[in-house]
Amino acid sequence: MPATQASATSAALAQLRTEGESLVVVLEGEWSLEGELPRFDALASGGAGGRTGVRSLSFDATELGEWDSSLLIFLMQCQDYCDEHKLEFDPSGLPEQVPRLLALAHAVPERVHAEEPKRASFVTRFGTAVLRAWDDVLAAITFAGEVALAVAGLITRRVHMRWREFWVVVQTNSSGALPIVTLIALLMGVIIAFLGVVVLNRFGAGYYVSYLVGFGMLREMGALMTGIIIAGRTGAAFAAELGSMKITEEIDAYTTLGISPMEHLVLPRVLGLFLMMPLLTLYADFIGIVGGMLVSAVLLDLSIKQFMNGLLDAVTLSDAMLGLLKGTIFGFIVGIAGCMKGLQGGSDAGAVGRAATSAVVLGITLIIAANALVDWLAALLDI
Amino acid sequence: MTPAIEVRDLTMMYGERVVMKDINFSVARGEVFVLMGGSGSGKSTLLKHLIGLKEPAKGSILFEGEDFDINDEAVRKRVLRRMGVLYQNGALWSGLTLAENVALPLEEFTELDAKTIAETVSFKLALVGLRGFEEFYPSAISGGMRKRAALARAIALDPDVLFFDEPSSGLDPISASRLDDLILELKASFGTTIVVVTHDLDSIFRIADRALFLDIEQKTMTALGHPAELRDNPPSAEVHRFLTRSSEGGP
Repeated sequence: MPATQASATSAALAQLRTEGESLVVVLEGEWSLEGELPRFDALASGGAGGRTGVRSLSFDATELGEWDSSLLIFLMQCQDYCDEHKLEFDPSGLPEQVPRLLALAHAVPERVHAEEPKRASFVTRFGTAVLRAWDDVLAAITFAGEVALAVAGLITRRVHMRWREFWVVVQTNSSGALPIVTLIALLMGVIIAFLGVVVLNRFGAGYYVSYLVGFGMLREMGALMTGIIIAGRTGAAFAAELGSMKITEEIDAYTTLGISPMEHLVLPRVLGLFLMMPLLTLYADFIGIVGGMLVSAVLLDLSIKQFMNGLLDAVTLSDAMLGLLKGTIFGFIVGIAGCMKGLQGGSDAGAVGRAATSAVVLGITLIIAANALVDWLAALLDI
Repeated sequence: MTPAIEVRDLTMMYGERVVMKDINFSVARGEVFVLMGGSGSGKSTLLKHLIGLKEPAKGSILFEGEDFDINDEAVRKRVLRRMGVLYQNGALWSGLTLAENVALPLEEFTELDAKTIAETVSFKLALVGLRGFEEFYPSAISGGMRKRAALARAIALDPDVLFFDEPSSGLDPISASRLDDLILELKASFGTTIVVVTHDLDSIFRIADRALFLDIEQKTMTALGHPAELRDNPPSAEVHRFLTRSSEGGP
């Protein structure tokens, strides 16, 4: 920073004195943003403001040391004071760079601030929220329809999918997902079996714990837990990946080249999950049953044979198939929710996080809803 | 007078690969110093060393005579407090308004009251021609305005040294020229030392007091001086080609 007087080392100081029709601001010391700074409004309110016959504000900077923006901020306060009290601002006594900087700061006309949004009434906000939700539903249906058309195009060979992406999704959701699916499914089986042991033993029906584990895992929990895991793991990853691609204009690059992002990005991901989810569900069912079997063996002394006999008495192939059907549907839901939220994302840094979060929330919500719907239909059809 | 920055026998490496070696130069106080060179020559890497984001593999960097040891937290904080950096894409924090972006360093490093901070923020934004845009978010303004807002943030604390990484990249000629004007104004008004990484020839000839050329083939600096002198008396064919936009060999 420039120094008008190298010897000055004291703190920033501003004083007022009157010379004829001019109010003189005496500036002294080192002016730094890091130190204590005088304010002109405080200085003026200390009596100077009431002086009569004053027509201008001038400066004496002979004792001014080094200075930075803090001096300019003070001078802008002086300018505001002059505007308010209709005084002439005389910068001639200031260091030569200062008037230029003050002029630069005022060179651009002040822009009108963005209008503060008015607080809408409750009815307006509720109506807007409903309309927005309806738009989201329509967008989701449209997106699912586009995916279905792309699948149809793939079958009729009108659409060329990137198989490399498809196999990456398959790999990520096979060996990549096994550890977490194993852990959760095993614990699920253990929990169901514990529940069965505690409740059924009260009626002397502990043997039937295998019924509970079989039904619970094959019809409900195997598919449901796998769906929730994959929604949190893969659905979020899809949204984050596609959201990032949107920010870096990679999606636009596909579009402008006439290549459909749906065929090249969405289809491989949705179909990859569509294929892998039933297989993961099957695996989760098996692991869950093993977990239940372990608890039964430890707490009820049931042998593997006894457990399996009970299980096979209770469950049928249709129970397992229902679970697999649910897994397939959940895979479709997770794939669509992840890709759709990724492609709908914004262009700021927080957009990727928001896309991933909403993909997981949407995925899990739709999984639970779809599960209830399938169960209701199964009950109607007596499956 | 002690130079603002002094680089001694600097070797820069990426892993085991030497990017540049034997870099020696100093930047005088109040000087506009340009780091130039072709794409991939290591300009931005050198800048990262100067602003303490990378540690020299060999050699040292002195900031106003003091060894800039980035592993010494006290030294690092002291030196960084006196630097301002304008990143290539502005790097404004997207979750904050322009005013909040500029105010953050003032809130962190000064004892100023909220009113004075608000006035300082308005002044800094006004200096870069963004008065009235205080409440805008970075996503709501153009690329050129984002860069100027980032400059307002970089000068929030009145740094002694300002670093610019490719200031004209992505800007139209008018916006780029306006940014050059601001660089020259900061130098003239505040006496700020300015280090600019660029390969924009118009900008180099307009603003640079001296320029350093990094040669990707030689893996070292091959020229140092005023750009016009380097153009008229190029020390190597590469410098000639670079400064004359020529694909032909030089002297």
